[in-house]
Amino acid sequence: MEDLFSLAMLYSTIRLSTPLLLAALGGMFSERSGVINIALEGLMLAGAFTAATVTHFSGSPWIGLLAAIAAGLAVASIHAIATIHFHADHVVTGTAINILFLGVPALLSGAFFDSTGATPQIPQQNLLPLAPVILAFLFVPLAWWILSRSRFGLRLRAVGENPEAADTAGISVRRLRWAGVLISGALAGIAGAYLSLGQSSLFTRNMTAGRGFIALAALIFGKWRPVQTMLACLLFGFAEAVAIQMQGVAPLPVQFIQMIPYVLTIVVLAGFIGLARAPKALGIPYEKEAG
Amino acid sequence: MKILRPLAMPLAAIAAAFILGAVVVLMIGDDPIETYALLIGSALSWPDGIGYTLFYATPLIFTGLAVALALHAGLLNIGAEGQLYMGAFAAAWVGITFAGWPGWALIPAAMIASMFAGGLWGAIPGYLKARFGAHEVINTIMLNFIAVALTNYFVQYHYREPGDAIMQTREIGEGAHITRLGEFIPGLPTRIPLSIAFFLALLACAAVWVFLRKTRWGYEIRATGANPAAAEYGGIRTGRQIILAMTLSGALAGMVGIGEVLGYRYRFYDGFSPGYGFTAIAVALLGRRHPVGVLLAALLFGALIRGGLFVDIFTEKVSKDLVLVLQAIIILFVACGSAFRFPFGKRARGKI
Repeated sequence: MEDLFSLAMLYSTIRLSTPLLLAALGGMFSERSGVINIALEGLMLAGAFTAATVTHFSGSPWIGLLAAIAAGLAVASIHAIATIHFHADHVVTGTAINILFLGVPALLSGAFFDSTGATPQIPQQNLLPLAPVILAFLFVPLAWWILSRSRFGLRLRAVGENPEAADTAGISVRRLRWAGVLISGALAGIAGAYLSLGQSSLFTRNMTAGRGFIALAALIFGKWRPVQTMLACLLFGFAEAVAIQMQGVAPLPVQFIQMIPYVLTIVVLAGFIGLARAPKALGIPYEKEAG
Repeated sequence: MKILRPLAMPLAAIAAAFILGAVVVLMIGDDPIETYALLIGSALSWPDGIGYTLFYATPLIFTGLAVALALHAGLLNIGAEGQLYMGAFAAAWVGITFAGWPGWALIPAAMIASMFAGGLWGAIPGYLKARFGAHEVINTIMLNFIAVALTNYFVQYHYREPGDAIMQTREIGEGAHITRLGEFIPGLPTRIPLSIAFFLALLACAAVWVFLRKTRWGYEIRATGANPAAAEYGGIRTGRQIILAMTLSGALAGMVGIGEVLGYRYRFYDGFSPGYGFTAIAVALLGRRHPVGVLLAALLFGALIRGGLFVDIFTEKVSKDLVLVLQAIIILFVACGSAFRFPFGKRARGKI
C-alpha cells in the first residue's frame, strides 16, 4: 500500500492529470460562456493526431504543438458555428464532432502512413514530456485571474449567466461565446498533443479513450471553478495511476477504480456534495431580439 | 408532394454528407464513384449484402427507437451504448446460468432480462433527473463508462471460460439460441447471423408508434417533452413521465442483446458494439423521431456499416472509417437544419 504514496506515484499522478486539466480548463471557458462542450474528446483526438503527424513530417515537436492548437481551433469553430449561429443542440453537435474525429484521423493515417489509424513512432528527442505539464498547471492561476478578475472574464460569465442582460449592456454575446469555444479548442488541442507527444510517442486509434469525458466530469466535479477543477483532475489522475499501478495485484478489481470518476460525477450532480450549479444560460441558444 | 416534405431535410443531409465524403475520398487519393459503387453494391448484393445489412440494422433499430422515444419526452439519451451492454450481458447471464432450461422458457427469460437490465440502466438517469434535476446527458455518459467497466469485470472475474485468452463469457445454453432467418428463407445461408431479432425490431417500431400515439402514457410523455410547465399545469406528473420514458428507452436499447447474444455470438463478447448506441443518435435525428423514419435510417446506416467493410478491403486507401465521417456530417447537418431546432430548443432546463 505504501507504494501508493511514493514519489513515483506523485509523478505519475501529475502526468496523467495533465491532459485532463488542459481539456477541463478549456471546457470551463466554453461552458462559462454558455456553450456546452462535450466535444472535448473529439478536440483532443484532433490535437493528438495533428501533433504526431506534423511532428513526424516537420521534425519539430514545437511546430507539432502549434499545429495541434490550430487543429483544436479549427474543430472548435465547427462547434461554434453550429451552436452559436445555427442554434444547433450543443450536445448533438458535440457528439457529431466526437464521431467525426474518431473517423478522420483513421482515414488520414491510411492515406499518409498506409496504416489503420496510427502514426509512425516519433523519436525520443522529438517528444514534449514536460512543456505541456508546466503549461497546464501554470494556466490554473491564470484561468482564475481571467475569470474572476479580468474584464474579459467578467463579460464571459455574464454571457453565460444572463445573455439578455449582457446584451443590453452592450456586450456581444456571439463574440464572447466564440472566444469561450475557441479557448476550449486551443487547450484541448494542447491536451491532445501531450497525449501523442508526451505520454506516448505516436498517435493510436481512439487514444483519448474517454479522457475528454473524464475532463468534463472533472469540470463538473470542480463546479466550473479553476482551482477545484484542478483538484478534481488530480484526483482522477491519481485514480488512473492507482489503476495502472495495481494492475493484477489490487485488492480491488481495477474496473472499480476506473469507475471512481464516473460515480463521483453522478453523486455530485445529484447534489450530495454541495450544490453544483451550472452557468444559468448553459446550452440555451441566444437570439438577439429584432428591432 | 405533401408526403415528401418531411423527407426533404433528411435527404438533403444525406446528400450533403455524400458530397463532402466524396471530397474527402478525392483528397485521400481514391476514386469517389468507385468507392461509393463498392459501398452500395456490397450492401445490396444477395444474399450476403442484404443479409448483413439487415443484421447490422437490427441493433440500430432498437437503439434508434430508444433515443427517439426519449427525445419525445424532451430527453437526450446518449446512454444507449451502456444500456445495450447491460442488456446484452443480462441476456448472456440468463443463458449461462439457466443453460439447462428448455428453449420455450429460456429464450423469453433471456429476452426479458435484457430489457430489464437495459431499462434499469435507463431508469437511473431518469430518476436522478426527476428527483434532483441532474442532467440526463452527463449521467448517461457516465453510466456508459460504468456499464463497460462493470461488464468487463464480470467477464474477467466470473464468467470467462478458464484459460480463455479472449475477453468473452462462456457459451449460453443450446436452448437459448434463437432462429436464424436462413433456416426458413430460401437462398439465405444460416451462416449469416440475421435472426428473428430483426422481426422483433420491426415489432418494436410498431409498438413504439402505438405507445406514443394511442396510449395515455405515450400522450403524457409527448406532452412532457413538448412543454413541461404546461404539462405539469395540465395535471401530468412530469417527473414520473421522465422516469418512464428513460426506462422504456433503456429497455429498447437493452434488446440489442437479443440479436447479438442469442442470435449471433451465443455469448457476451467484451466490447462487441462498434458504437451502436452513438450511431443511434444519428438514426433518431435522421428519422425525425418517427418509428418509420428510425427504421429507414437504421437500414441506411446498416448498409453503410456493411459496405464500409468492403471499402476497407477493396479500395487502395479509404478505410471503413469513411462511414463514421458520413455519419457525423449527417448529424451536423440535421442538427443545424432549422426544422430541427424546435424539439431540442425546448428541452427542459437542467444542470449539465
